[in-house]
Amino acid sequence: MITLRRPEAGPAVPAEPTPHGRRANAIRVEHLDAYYGTHRAIGGVTFDVAAGTVTAIIGPSGCGKSTLVRCINRMHEVTPGAYARGSVFVGDVDVYSPYADPVAVRSIVGMVFQKPNPFPMMSVYENVAAGPRLRGWRLSRREMDDLVERNLLRAALWDEVKDKLHRSGAALSGGQQQRLCIARALATGPSVLLMDEPCSALDPIATYRIEELMRELSREVTIVIVTHNMQQASRVSEFTAFLLAGEDGVGRLVEFGTTEELFTTPKDERTEAYITGRFG
Amino acid sequence: MTVAGATRFVVPESHRVTARRRLAALVMGVLLGAATLLAASLLVVIIGYVVVRGLPALNLAFFTDRPRPFGVEGGGVAPAILGSLEMGAIAALIAVPIGLGAAIFASEYRAGRWAGAVRFCAELIAGLPSVAVGVFVWAFLVRSVIGSYAGVAGALALAVIMIPIVARTVEEVLRLVPSGLREAGLALGAPRWRVILMIVLPTARAGIVTAVVLAVARAAGETAPLMLTALGNVFFNFDPLRPMAALPLQIYQYAVSPYDDWHAKAWGSSLVLVAAIAVLAVSLRLVTRSRSR
Ligand SMILES: Nc1ncnc2c1ncn2[C@@H]1O[C@H](COP(=O)(O)OP(=O)(O)OP(=O)(O)O)[C@@H](O)[C@H]1O
Ligand SMILES: [Mg+2]
Repeated sequence: MITLRRPEAGPAVPAEPTPHGRRANAIRVEHLDAYYGTHRAIGGVTFDVAAGTVTAIIGPSGCGKSTLVRCINRMHEVTPGAYARGSVFVGDVDVYSPYADPVAVRSIVGMVFQKPNPFPMMSVYENVAAGPRLRGWRLSRREMDDLVERNLLRAALWDEVKDKLHRSGAALSGGQQQRLCIARALATGPSVLLMDEPCSALDPIATYRIEELMRELSREVTIVIVTHNMQQASRVSEFTAFLLAGEDGVGRLVEFGTTEELFTTPKDERTEAYITGRFG
Repeated sequence: MTVAGATRFVVPESHRVTARRRLAALVMGVLLGAATLLAASLLVVIIGYVVVRGLPALNLAFFTDRPRPFGVEGGGVAPAILGSLEMGAIAALIAVPIGLGAAIFASEYRAGRWAGAVRFCAELIAGLPSVAVGVFVWAFLVRSVIGSYAGVAGALALAVIMIPIVARTVEEVLRLVPSGLREAGLALGAPRWRVILMIVLPTARAGIVTAVVLAVARAAGETAPLMLTALGNVFFNFDPLRPMAALPLQIYQYAVSPYDDWHAKAWGSSLVLVAAIAVLAVSLRLVTRSRSR
């Protein structure tokens, strides 16, 4: 178990009832502002993600969706000059506590990027093993073999690659590469998986397979997916957050709710305008 | 109106191929072609000439024997070959870690001003005349610390010449590694140094090898900084604290002599040097290419 906070820091998650009832929060975002230098990309974003669900983040291009998910695993600050204010909790970990190590945070929050990015000089096997190795886990050959197989199975890729485990990961199709990236992210056992437009470089069949996979995975891993595709959001997610950049260029959370509500009876007229394709 | 060819495309005046444009394209093509041809033929002529003049001087003794005084038959340049290898190896051992470190610092730790300072220093060192490097090492090492001309002083001078080449070339190569790979590594929960060691450097492996070969090749041909540091030696010597022979020194010494036999040996040594660099470059290329498959 990774301890990111000093014990005396107290409970990180306030003991309030969760807004969506039955399930505990996997992620809580509170008053989050994110900056690129002097430019504020998102402002005052607050919402909760229930454990074991798929939550979609939608909104027009440039409204700060990528910025928001990158704040959850502290990848935002990797960009030179970028920083965030506010708080994010993942489970009981206070991600922006001064005691939290970004490297440890990223080990409980996995990430899948828009463009499939397997490590090109590594084989399929090594790509899945990369996370454990990069974290310095000492595993025996057998344990690593098991871990690779288990995670390729979880990513629904095992059958397609079991005969070419030692070929380059870059030699797979785009959809297979993206599932390899999912396997790679799962291999270190994160409790949350962030996916930033994971299907935008894929054809409909590959997209369908990944959506199916997300529904499978959401039983064990909480998923936050950024998508441009509202059909996709309604197909895979239980909750949806709608983000919109204001006149000042700062992205704000306009509406958050169950996907069904948000798409059928939006409370905000801007949400309605967006989902009916009137702008964005 | 017929269906086929019903539409006649009209090309506006400004887009027509005119005689003038044709001529301009032709002239440019000829000029550029000529420049390419000139550059390529220079290379062929130089290498061809070295081969033609150098081959007759080569025999077994040339590679195994030490230089003989004028008038004595035979003799070879073995001490120079071994000296070049030894000094090249020591220089690479010093220069590659430092150059690599500087390149990693400048490209991976975007330390702003400091990265700029590193780059600026590398430019400055690269701009130093190599003879000045030799004088510097002579003043601070040969004359004061070691108290004699020495192979290690030569190696150090060569290292100073290699460091900026390694640093600048490797930095360029590291910049070509897609930032998405670094992000993927960081997002897996790896500390930055592990991402560099396990992802960035292996991805850039072929380019790094090229940079090292480039630096070694450049240093292998340096003469001026060795004159004041390694001095040269007609005897076999592996002790880095004593004067050491090197191929460029040997070439120089033979070339300025008045004897035809020594001139032939200078050509032979030049051929050995050129061939050694070519073999090094090609073999390292092959090794890195086959590993990346
Ligand atoms: N590296 C950066 N440096 C400076 N500003 C940035 C950077 N990345 C993003 N921004 C700015 O932050 C804002 C939000 O960008 P972000 O990438 O989060 O949007 P997005 O909703 O993901 O858009 P898209 O749907 O096109 O991916 C934009 O105004 C953008 O210009
Ligand atoms: Mg984005």
